[in-house]
Amino acid sequence: MSELEQGIRQICATFHNDKSRMMDIVQAVQARFGCVSSVALDLIAKAVGTARVEVESTVSFYTFLTDQPKGKIVIRLCSDVIDEMFGMGPVARAFEDALGIKVGQTTPDGAITLEWTACIGMCDQAPAAIINDTVVTYLSTDKAREIVAELRKSGDPRKLVHRLGDGHNAHPLVRSMVHNSIRRKGPVVFADLPPGSALRKALAMSPVEVIRDVKTSRLRGRGGAGFPAGMKWEFTRQSEGERKIVICNADEGEPGTFKDRVILTEYADLLFEGMAIAGYAIGAKEGILYLRGEYAYMRPLLDHILQVRRDAGLLGREVCGKRGFDFDIRIQLGAGAYVCGEETSLISSCEGLRGDPKNRPPFPAQKGYLGCPTSVNNVETYCCVARILDRGPGWFAEIGSKGSPGTKLFSVSGDCASPGVYEYPFGVKLIELLRDVGAEDAAAVQVGGPSGHLVGPADYNRSLEYDDLATGGSIVIFNKDRNVVHVVRKYLEFFVEESCGYCTPCRVGNVLLLQKIEDILHGRGTPADLAYLEQLAKTVKVTSRCGLGQTSPNPVLSLLKSFRPVLEALVKPQADEFLPTFDIRAALGSTEDLIGRKSVVFTP
Amino acid sequence: MSDTIPFTIDGVAVEGRPGQTILQAADDAGIYIPRLCAHKELHPFGSCRVCTVKVNGRPQSACTMPCAKGMVVENNTPELLEHRRGLVEMLFVEGNHYCMFCEKSGNCELQALAYRLGIMAPRYPFQFPDRNVDASHPDVLIDRNRCILCARCVRASHDLDGKNVFQFVGRGSKKRIWINAEAKLKDTNLDVTDKAVEICPVGAILKKRQGYAVPVGQRLYDHQPIGSDIEAKRAAAAQA
Repeated sequence: MSELEQGIRQICATFHNDKSRMMDIVQAVQARFGCVSSVALDLIAKAVGTARVEVESTVSFYTFLTDQPKGKIVIRLCSDVIDEMFGMGPVARAFEDALGIKVGQTTPDGAITLEWTACIGMCDQAPAAIINDTVVTYLSTDKAREIVAELRKSGDPRKLVHRLGDGHNAHPLVRSMVHNSIRRKGPVVFADLPPGSALRKALAMSPVEVIRDVKTSRLRGRGGAGFPAGMKWEFTRQSEGERKIVICNADEGEPGTFKDRVILTEYADLLFEGMAIAGYAIGAKEGILYLRGEYAYMRPLLDHILQVRRDAGLLGREVCGKRGFDFDIRIQLGAGAYVCGEETSLISSCEGLRGDPKNRPPFPAQKGYLGCPTSVNNVETYCCVARILDRGPGWFAEIGSKGSPGTKLFSVSGDCASPGVYEYPFGVKLIELLRDVGAEDAAAVQVGGPSGHLVGPADYNRSLEYDDLATGGSIVIFNKDRNVVHVVRKYLEFFVEESCGYCTPCRVGNVLLLQKIEDILHGRGTPADLAYLEQLAKTVKVTSRCGLGQTSPNPVLSLLKSFRPVLEALVKPQADEFLPTFDIRAALGSTEDLIGRKSVVFTP
Repeated sequence: MSDTIPFTIDGVAVEGRPGQTILQAADDAGIYIPRLCAHKELHPFGSCRVCTVKVNGRPQSACTMPCAKGMVVENNTPELLEHRRGLVEMLFVEGNHYCMFCEKSGNCELQALAYRLGIMAPRYPFQFPDRNVDASHPDVLIDRNRCILCARCVRASHDLDGKNVFQFVGRGSKKRIWINAEAKLKDTNLDVTDKAVEICPVGAILKKRQGYAVPVGQRLYDHQPIGSDIEAKRAAAAQA
């Protein structure tokens, strides 16, 4: 038996030859053998009893998985617009020069691969990159050269970490140079809670009473959609099926969002407490934390905290000594796919499949993970739950605004003096926030990330809450020197890269939107293109299958609504009868070469 | 009557049966809702989005949405027709579709739907993707240029043929139909009689040596637009 075969058998056996654990299996295979090769696909399929093409389908879906050998070290540069604004362009060229390769290539000795990757959740310390699992921040051209020299010397990305970040970033299990950048603490999330205190209060009540408290608090989901958490739990509890599942969505992938990174680093206990409370309320024994692959560097710490909680009786059999309540949490690591932040895609991924969204109905609360009733909530939502059970639903409902109780974490980045994470009561005016972060001169603000809305000064007096400017927490600020059309182009590139490709409008429509925006940026736009964009954006929005496609045209629609004069200045009425996208000289070139003379008609 | 579900489509009263989707109930009632990925013998998939209707004002795919009592469904509205044209045009520009010499011409659901929707030429730019053809199998060929990623073959092979010949790889615009082998269709257990072969709505999966067997004028959609068979039911019921 070859080493590969033996290794794969061993890895599959660790996961009980269970094909629903395919994500763990293929990640382990890749970690050990460098890639999931063609031979490996066959071996894995055989071991877990599925078709080879099913394994291939999963592997080919995720950015961090590969069937081709890559370098032992993979440098992933963040392609976000913020990183670009803060100098990623020259940094990328410095990496290319130092390595002697282009982005997308591997050094001839097979040691180092250089790639682009979508937002890695480090916009407050951009430009940034991930090297294997090690995050490097505040990059410069000098640093790029130093990094390459160090990697060439030691071959160990962990040696790149010189000065550790604050808080748990300096924990021996993390040892990361990432900074928390907590800029403003509020009473709900960024406050202290002794482990177990909220859970014990919850366990003293009946599950139905816990749900009632969450409903009374009027807590709404913090991921962005704002669905009432208590209702979601009630549906899940009432759905048929013995086995119920609690999932935490820590696949924070919206460009410009990094607040969950900070919660996971500093307040993981609060999160796990909330998940256990959810488990009790819903009647679930199993919890899954779906952690985005970009945050793999935190996994050892999170595993450790889970173990400490088990040892303290806060997880495992008979939690806090409560008869009949067993609950534990496992971590499912993602592998680079923004769409997995969509709850049904996330469930697909947990099941070991491509991260395709599922058809709704049935909703996850009815049939979710492996067909079981499942409640998927955001990291921040679970933190709120723990606090609600500790301090009472009335206390919580008093904070914030009428339709949006509680506080919200905002990830603030871009052109401002103090990027970082801010906790505000819901209802805070955008202008107040801009003042606090040192960005009163902002020319445009992307509220809620690319899938949210790009607003200009006319909207700065609006408030940040579900019923006005709704947001999952991302606030990206642009000053007057930034080109908003280029920003929109970058966001469309992101959606094109991250669309799962399941449905027509998202798979094709986003490519078409991007092409048209590029035409306009390159001076090939006509006034008629604005109507074209509007109609196309609407078709994508109305007909797409999941939240990704339903929101991906938002940057274009925002541009048309709030920045129309900018677009109008870029498009030009046609000077001749040809479309500006059609270059007659270029089209005639090959024919002219062939006949050996210039066109009589079209030569100016 | 207790086990029927009354609702309306464009103001017409329809009786659905429990477990039926809007599309299935509409078919029974003789109302045609355009579709490409949906097929009578297959589980709903909901990928082409051509069957998008509005249910109580909200967009839903009719092929996946169960009917419910009293729902108000909009189908044949100018807005939805415009979106459907857009979707069909997207499928045309996304692949390389050469109707004029495609063996499936006249029997192709994509082509027929384009005619029904009145599409003359796509408004979007052709993408001219580089896709491959696999003619390694003795009796069947795959031309990925014409694939619309509807997953009919994936579902049919799995659910009807009891095999696993087809699945998707890649994501986004790089998503492709792929096969359960390293590279060649001949290395799979696909048989020419498999449902997965004949269920392709376009000319992406073709039986060899059978091209152009039916003369122009006798092909499936030569005389009546696609969906006419469904609409005929309602016309017949109205006459009776």
